[in-house]
Amino acid sequence: MVDARGYSCPMPVVMVQKEVKKNPDSLEVLVDNRTAVENVSRFARNSGYEVSVAEEGGDFKLTLKK
Amino acid sequence: MSKKINLLVVISGVAVGIAALVLTALGNPANMGFCIACFLRDIAGATKMHSAAVVQYVRPEIIGLVLGSFIMSVATREFRAKAGSSPATRFVIAMFVMIGALVFLGCPLRMVIRMGGGDLNAFVGLAGFAIGIIIGIFFLKKGFSLKRSYEVTKTEGGILPGVMVVLFGLFLAVPTIFAFSETGPGSKRAPVFVALIIALVIGALAQKSRLCMVGGMRDAIMFRDFNLLSGFAAIFVTILIGNVILGKFTGFSTYLQPIAHASQLWNLLGMTLVGWGSVLLGGCPLRQLILAGEGNGDSAVSVFGMIVGAAIAHNFKLAGAAASLSEDGVYSVGGIGTAGKVAVVIGFVVFAIISFMNIAKEEK
Repeated sequence: MVDARGYSCPMPVVMVQKEVKKNPDSLEVLVDNRTAVENVSRFARNSGYEVSVAEEGGDFKLTLKK
Repeated sequence: MSKKINLLVVISGVAVGIAALVLTALGNPANMGFCIACFLRDIAGATKMHSAAVVQYVRPEIIGLVLGSFIMSVATREFRAKAGSSPATRFVIAMFVMIGALVFLGCPLRMVIRMGGGDLNAFVGLAGFAIGIIIGIFFLKKGFSLKRSYEVTKTEGGILPGVMVVLFGLFLAVPTIFAFSETGPGSKRAPVFVALIIALVIGALAQKSRLCMVGGMRDAIMFRDFNLLSGFAAIFVTILIGNVILGKFTGFSTYLQPIAHASQLWNLLGMTLVGWGSVLLGGCPLRQLILAGEGNGDSAVSVFGMIVGAAIAHNFKLAGAAASLSEDGVYSVGGIGTAGKVAVVIGFVVFAIISFMNIAKEEK
């Protein structure tokens, strides 16, 4: 689980990149702005993950799966 | 989805390019059209924070960019009031970003516009900008972070849009309280409402597309993500083609370029400072305006820092002097004085300290 709420880009992507390097099968990411949703999604897809996004009370939960 | 976003970034880049060409044709300074550093500096001058008589004007472009972003973010429910990510540090970084930009004579956006205008000095600036970004990325990879922001009141998020509305109101109602240049770049102006409307559109597009000059290179190097870089390229290509069509393109040269100097070491180092500082801030000066418009109080602080940086740059004579040709034909490459050189060096020291001191310790 990566909690990147409150962080502006590129920080959320940097935080996700660090976890993705460990090559997990799935990863949950919390962010609080749509720029981060777009950037993390793009990075995750480029890294071979499928991404689903759910809005939760103004925040966004991204689920990354291989 | 990523393809769609890419297209929007390219469209925004083309729009920025066209806007810069149109604004220049309508009266804004050459190879400028749209320069965040220059125009914040003009606002600092108009509000008498510095007294450089040639660069004083309340630029509607700045007001429009912030408000365009504000309106778009409210309309699309992306407006989020947040702040608290090392604001004082951001203020200081932004001050030196502005000083670096004024040493070079332009923000990253104007650098691209100058490149498209055939100004080879700007390519030297680009090299410096890239070096600065690489230094910034080195620290990001080491764990540099200004820490998270927090949700704040809507009022806090609306501060910069509010300031811009008041500034514009005063500008229309009581223009005599401001200082306005009668000669020099500050006297070259596109019509107020044309400039405002164009900037509103660009502000809205930039908000939606996340267009950012520093983000383009940063993401390309760090993540092999070329999304934002496509916007950067689109601006360059649009300006280049536009200048050729308008008959203003006279080839690439370093000689006597509009509001530029050919003191290459300082073109390089000025933009290195801008690149490094912009990576630490998380975005170029344009992006700071846009983020402040969508409720980011930290970016509003950065904008205030840039305005103060501009005032310091001119009060202490740090800014670059443009190359010139005197009446008897003596060519001067222009450049910066000793104070400006010292300021750039101090900027590097300050950035190094800030960069090292904000590296987060590894979590166990």
